[in-house]
Amino acid sequence: MSVDSVFVHKMWNDHELAKMVKGGVPFHMLSDGGGKVGTVYGVYDEAAGVENRGRFLIDPDGVIQGYEVLTPPVGRNVGETIRQIQAFQLIRATKGAEATPSGWRPGKLTLKPGPDLVGKVWEVWKTDMA
Amino acid sequence: MAEKLEAGCARPTGGPVGEPPPDEQQSQQPAMTKEVQKMIHVGKKAPDFTAPAYYKGEFTSIKLSDYLGKWVVLCFYPGDFTFV
Repeated sequence: MSVDSVFVHKMWNDHELAKMVKGGVPFHMLSDGGGKVGTVYGVYDEAAGVENRGRFLIDPDGVIQGYEVLTPPVGRNVGETIRQIQAFQLIRATKGAEATPSGWRPGKLTLKPGPDLVGKVWEVWKTDMA
Repeated sequence: MAEKLEAGCARPTGGPVGEPPPDEQQSQQPAMTKEVQKMIHVGKKAPDFTAPAYYKGEFTSIKLSDYLGKWVVLCFYPGDFTFV
């Protein structure tokens, strides 16, 4: 989503992005003229008239599980976004019985929060896993 | 989920869903601003909105709440044709 019109989105997709991604952008390119939605999400820079790089993870209940906002010059890490979604999906599937420690990746160790784990994390989780 | 828009000269617009009408909004400006700042919290509902969209050759309109039941990644970026 940016403040550009859908017409500019079409030009950008057809003339540049389609050269990077076969078939063009596979997602909806949303238009936020005037930054009305960006203002509500706290990412619209009124002085510059553009949105900052905000990224929001919204679960199937419509609840925001995480977000990240960067100023324009630094790009995001898509791999980290996907890792976070995978982690939140695991938490949801286990109904919170498992938690993903720092540095978790799919297939790696999860923690089972409870009285038995108190003071014992050091036995299973090492700092080089962060 | 996404409704197709007729091609025309008018620029389609969207915005937050449930926004008060312009007159009311103007008189309540300070209160609104404060409220807006508080709307984003992890663990709380994402504010609903509608927005015009371009998707695979078509102009459509998107409403966030139509995507309940799915994971959604909502990304904002400064502008088309920019680098980074």
